[in-house]
Amino acid sequence: MKKLFNLTIIAVLLLTLIPVAVSAQGPVTCQEEVVVQKDDWLSKYADKYFGNVFAWPAIMALHNQAAQADPAKFPNKIVNADLIEVGWTICIPTAEEADAFLATYDPNKPEMLYAKGAGGQLVVGSWWTAGGEAEGLAGLFRIYNELYPDVEIVNATVAGGAGTNFKAVLATRLLGGDPPDTFQLHAGLEVETYSPEQYLEPVDDIYASEGLEEVFPPDLLSLLKYKDHYWGVPVNIHRSNVLWYNKAVFEANGLTPPTTFEEFQQVAEALQAAGIQPFVMGTKDGWEAAHVFEDVLAGTLGAEAYKGLWTGETSWTDPKVTEALENFKMMLSYANDDHPALTWDGAGEYLIGGKGGMMIMGDWTDGWFTSKGFSGYGWAPPPGTDGIFVALSDSFALPNNAPNRENAINWLKVVGSKEGQEAFNPQKGSICARTDCDPALFNEYLQSAMVDWSQDAIVPSVVHGAAAVESWLTDYKDIITLFVTSGDVAGTQTALQQACVDAGVCQ
Amino acid sequence: MRRITWERVVAILLISPSVLAIAIFVYGFIAFTAFASLTRWDRLLPDFTLVGFSNYQKLFANQRFQIDLRNTVGFTILFLIACLAIGFLLAFLLDQRIRGEGFFRSIYLFPMAISFIVTGVVWRWLLNPGNPELGATGVNLLFEKMGLGFLKWGWFTDPVVWHIPPDTLVGQALQQVGLGVLTTPAVGVSAGVVSLVLAATWQMSGYTMALYLAGLRGIPDELREAARVDGASELQILWHIIIPLLRPITLSAIIILGHISLKIYDLVVAMTGPGIGFSTDVPAFFMWDTTFRGNHFARGASIAVVLLVMVAVLIIPYLVWSTRSEAEL
Repeated sequence: MKKLFNLTIIAVLLLTLIPVAVSAQGPVTCQEEVVVQKDDWLSKYADKYFGNVFAWPAIMALHNQAAQADPAKFPNKIVNADLIEVGWTICIPTAEEADAFLATYDPNKPEMLYAKGAGGQLVVGSWWTAGGEAEGLAGLFRIYNELYPDVEIVNATVAGGAGTNFKAVLATRLLGGDPPDTFQLHAGLEVETYSPEQYLEPVDDIYASEGLEEVFPPDLLSLLKYKDHYWGVPVNIHRSNVLWYNKAVFEANGLTPPTTFEEFQQVAEALQAAGIQPFVMGTKDGWEAAHVFEDVLAGTLGAEAYKGLWTGETSWTDPKVTEALENFKMMLSYANDDHPALTWDGAGEYLIGGKGGMMIMGDWTDGWFTSKGFSGYGWAPPPGTDGIFVALSDSFALPNNAPNRENAINWLKVVGSKEGQEAFNPQKGSICARTDCDPALFNEYLQSAMVDWSQDAIVPSVVHGAAAVESWLTDYKDIITLFVTSGDVAGTQTALQQACVDAGVCQ
Repeated sequence: MRRITWERVVAILLISPSVLAIAIFVYGFIAFTAFASLTRWDRLLPDFTLVGFSNYQKLFANQRFQIDLRNTVGFTILFLIACLAIGFLLAFLLDQRIRGEGFFRSIYLFPMAISFIVTGVVWRWLLNPGNPELGATGVNLLFEKMGLGFLKWGWFTDPVVWHIPPDTLVGQALQQVGLGVLTTPAVGVSAGVVSLVLAATWQMSGYTMALYLAGLRGIPDELREAARVDGASELQILWHIIIPLLRPITLSAIIILGHISLKIYDLVVAMTGPGIGFSTDVPAFFMWDTTFRGNHFARGASIAVVLLVMVAVLIIPYLVWSTRSEAEL
């Protein structure tokens, strides 16, 4: 019965996968060679020559093939469809060739737009499309290009939805047996979502050949292992548990950052008396409250018991969890009333304006403060988490049947290398997963995080995909969202236990 | 037994592709969804181990789903009452043989031509409460400018849930008879739902008007004349003649509006999302969220089945009733 249904599923999937013929890499005939003028762009050419603005992919792909075949004539390949420079010579293919290309073009497969280098392609899937993340990725590409100049790198990013859109495209490609060569993945249990035994290739060999086990902290290594294998190479580390505070406000009231929940209450009382919102948060996007609560859990239970919550060793019915919920409830009583309408950065404005005292958010807040031109902020571990580093990390994975497997393996080596991580992380505003990066490259906050990273107990963040599978995570987020409005400690604890049972971790 | 003629064979051949397509793509997938709801499919990859009805059991114990049911019921009741009342009032006024009737009819009917997504975006802007720094926006700004500033409130950003207060006479009476649950927020209407009802009513009341107007035109003048001759007042005519004769129209309107409101999804997505503490969450939204974000395919399938049953409870008696009245004709 089960087999029959699996077969049906496969049949349906196969039907949807109309085989895409790999466009032959024969010589491209150019109907015209145009020199780019000011105010030209690809869709404009597409409209002019083919009467269809949506035919631009044909120009990009076929020009790149022509440039690959004859670099003397077309020295510039189009890497970014939105960027062509004045003075470039672009090959406009014939209408027949453009039509033939468009008939097979799949927008989910950007590699079709790029030429195949002598060393083939490297298709890198990620959701890093803008800002420091994109710059960091470009830094990695630069290093890779120096080492493997024959390989054509394809930046297969999908924008939007904090990775949700990318993950949807990726799932389709993985299930269809047509993966990119390597793709971005939150380190930790997120990997289970993709059934690694079926769809991914373990990368243990790379860890061995590059000596990665010596340069990553042991806690991180155990977090990366799933079913006794490594499934990805981490490129960066973010910290979830940081308490940000307004230095001027704390100084004016003679306060220091609280290290325990009792102290938190005292500090909050003092701030409230001074007419300042003691604790600010924004819960608009549904994950922020859950993010704060994971840090409260870690602060109340300690590193080992917190980790145990996600492996079944610590029970969710433990009185310590009750205590964590009570602590969180106490903190919520000092929070801004408009938190449901704000995102985390909206809440951060309270801190910048000196109207708010404290906020708990991941260390991307540091980069955000800097971009806002605000420097009067201090940081400390949230109550109870001194010596605990709640970590989340982005890694790159190797799918089964990667079309350019060798290139992908070399990419993972670059990702894990000191040089690669030093190029990526200062741009992204994160620290290296390796412990041997040069601190001089990083700003003051990141330097302090690097020190903690090398000596703290490392525990996984749940909200950011490291500690639990996606299905458990969404239940956990829903439950905490409800707790923020209901404040029902007993009911919430029962629901959290039920979520653990549903996830198959608790009995 | 009827004779098999060539025409009958051709007819059957001609309709068979669409019958087949519907059998697979509608009923086949309904069956597959129902089957999936009985499995343990909780990952990206299917897992067809049968677990009986435990998904349903867990679903009804899920707090978010309980809130969704409350929201759906609250939304449906308020939306039906508002649409029927406003629709009937507009139709009744238009039926007074006023000048420019066609013009007004079009104006009232037009919102129905817009998709719920557009309605949602527009009403999101209208009911956006604004913020302390930039001041009020939308309807709140209108209140402010009209000197009605005290009417300003948070609309769908207000987490309040209205319910029967337990400390009033009614509340105490309910508690005494063991119906204390009726006095908790578990049985109530959130501010977010009220905001959604506003937008949905704006869109669909014109349609209800059109239904009622057609019904009113179908009532023969002789009946009213006869009532007048018998000395009935206009109010009595309305109450004893017109409204009873409009009963089939009201029933159709309830069915059509009711199934729209049970399945509502696009308006919620465009206007409010799941809201504060899920104050505007509905089963359809939860279904999408839990299936495609949380990979809970089995749970998503159970929600789909629950929705199907809810709509069927409304539609099937209506279908039976209308086929029977067709047969009688």
